[in-house]
Amino acid sequence: MNVLVILIPVSLILGGLGLVAFLWTVRSDQYDDDQGNAARILLDDD
Amino acid sequence: MTAACAACSVAPLAEETAKGRAQQFALPGIHCAACIGKIERGLASLPGAGTVRVNLSLKRLSVSGPAPASRILTALSDLGYEAYPLDTEAMARAHDSEGRTLLTRLAVAGFAMMNVMLLSVAVWSGAADATRDLFHLISAMITLPVIAYSGQPFYQNAWKALRVRRLNMDVPISLAILLAAGMSLFETLMSGKHAYFDAALSLTFFLLIGRYLDHRTRSHARSAAKELTALEVPTAQRVEGESLRSVRIDAIALDDELQVLSGGRMPVDGVLLSDTALLDRSLLTGESAAQTIACGDRVQAGEINLGAPLRLRATAVGEDTSLRRMAALVETAENARNSYTTLADRAAQTYAPAVHLLALIAFLGWFFYDGDVRHAINVAIAVLIITCPCALGLAVPAVSTAAISRLFSAGVLVKHATALERLAEVDHVVFDKTGTLTQPSVVVPAGVSAKQRDIALSLAQHSAHPLSKAVVTALKGATPVFLTDLTEHPGHGIAAVSAGVPVKLGRGAWLDADFDGLGLRIGTAPALPFEVPDALRPGVTEALAGLDLPAEVLTGDAPAPAKLLADRLGLPVRAQARPEDKLARLDALKAEGRHVLMVGDGLNDTAALAAAHASIAPASALDASRNAADVVIMTDGLESLPLILRIARATRDLSKQNFSIATIYNIIAVPAALAGYATPLAAALAMSISSITVLLNSARMRSVK
Repeated sequence: MNVLVILIPVSLILGGLGLVAFLWTVRSDQYDDDQGNAARILLDDD
Repeated sequence: MTAACAACSVAPLAEETAKGRAQQFALPGIHCAACIGKIERGLASLPGAGTVRVNLSLKRLSVSGPAPASRILTALSDLGYEAYPLDTEAMARAHDSEGRTLLTRLAVAGFAMMNVMLLSVAVWSGAADATRDLFHLISAMITLPVIAYSGQPFYQNAWKALRVRRLNMDVPISLAILLAAGMSLFETLMSGKHAYFDAALSLTFFLLIGRYLDHRTRSHARSAAKELTALEVPTAQRVEGESLRSVRIDAIALDDELQVLSGGRMPVDGVLLSDTALLDRSLLTGESAAQTIACGDRVQAGEINLGAPLRLRATAVGEDTSLRRMAALVETAENARNSYTTLADRAAQTYAPAVHLLALIAFLGWFFYDGDVRHAINVAIAVLIITCPCALGLAVPAVSTAAISRLFSAGVLVKHATALERLAEVDHVVFDKTGTLTQPSVVVPAGVSAKQRDIALSLAQHSAHPLSKAVVTALKGATPVFLTDLTEHPGHGIAAVSAGVPVKLGRGAWLDADFDGLGLRIGTAPALPFEVPDALRPGVTEALAGLDLPAEVLTGDAPAPAKLLADRLGLPVRAQARPEDKLARLDALKAEGRHVLMVGDGLNDTAALAAAHASIAPASALDASRNAADVVIMTDGLESLPLILRIARATRDLSKQNFSIATIYNIIAVPAALAGYATPLAAALAMSISSITVLLNSARMRSVK
């Protein structure tokens, strides 16, 4: 059971990283144009 | 500031670039990646254009840099796209910080729910004693701060309702979240077996999804309304000497002389220079009757000119106008629920008291049965958690979000939050004729002299009536002459004086001629008839074929063309209906118990659009009508009309199905909870399964054809 002492913090930190990444995407306006971003990947240039 | 020189028109734009604000345009016609590429590449080469960015979800274009708006518009129309400039001020205020906060709360709740769920799974699969207590303790440390942060929207709404001694959906939600967390903390400290931390968090998470979707729907309706406002007055007509010049609203200076067309809004506050004017001041005063004012009276930005074109001198511009000061109040009015009770409200009204009663019964029942307070409280809280409306909170928002984005991609703006529910109840359709079902086209007879053409064009230029616009199109190339004493007689025509001779453009009867249609009369010479063949608006035949409701046409037109249309469309037509007649007809239909959908575009329809159960206006409609309508069709044709009604009905049906699903789940789960069998595992399963079923059911909106 001692492994829990390592594994629980690890899982929390990994989850926290995901949360921070998500908050960053919200702050940098990445949800303002979901359809446009989906379509842009089909553009040849830029 | 006088802007007679070319350099001055650059100044405000340069100022704007310095502030870093981009110009915005509405692009109703874009739909795919190819459009984005074409526009962004096409404009990149435009001199003065900085960053060019197309937003496909909002169908908007923003261009930074000093390139003039007119140049961008020309470039866009060369590329084959229709575009409208948007008022940057109005769009800047549209920025949505509330949605962002909700999304952050949602993300935090989701993160916490997943972590606590991992720990709970360990407990459910058999962790015992010290390990279980440790897991519960870690769960508590994650849960408590998160529900304090993420649950705030629910607590605030619940408190608002409780303060005025009322119950809403948020009261049982807040109680369930707080009690579940509190009780679980107590159980954790007492080394108890069951903790509901995961239930408290998944409640918060699922309900925040519903809240976020609901917010998106509302802010969509708001931004649709805002986009239309922004469309309306991006420019004003400034009088410079004897000519008119289009200038941006933010370039108007104090004491500028401006002209406002019939049906247009006052761009700024000012003093009337014309002799008299007829105004609709309802936006600012709520007074719906038109008011006549005289020279020297004050006019306020946002008031609608119902009469002839008028002139005014600006006395307050920019942020000082009464319209801008009213903007915040108008927004609140838009948000406020009107008298219409939505499906979700009706569900909440029966639901909230029932849940509290059930929990109380559970508590009292168990307390008197075995006298164990702790157990009785546990069961009561389990009842609150189990009945808690995860699925109910998602039932309506999930469906209406899908419906509104579906309609938006078909070029339809839903302006009002309850519009879809009201549209679903419609059982009778009333159409306006001119401008809605038909588009006027004017044929100028061959014998008309150049001077007559010039006068007809000048008269028509001063009116926003669709026929006048058609005259302007037909007379392209003529040179306008200077007119004085312009008066518009709504329903009749427009009169003025040109070089001392009275000139009139309007109905035959009003011109004392022996024909019914449009004509031009100069001085005492006999009136010249203009041929006005009614062209059906594109898509009308398809729209009527797809319509499964009784429909009729009310028109201010003469009986003969009305009869022609009636034969062509096979609909009953009432001719020569004045605005009061239209209103009276709507009232009569309402008295018969019918829910009327009004489709109209003109000044004479505005009252009817506002009075009908639901209303639709085409984008070509007058400003006043677009404001009064619930839904605006942004495309040229009317063919999306049956689709709007089908989607509205599908929205209602799917919402009701969702409520049924939630109820069925409650019927199964509540007895189990009352009997004391609702373990944290059962609660988590039931909550997730019902929410997912409801979301999946809402996705069926995609298949509505």
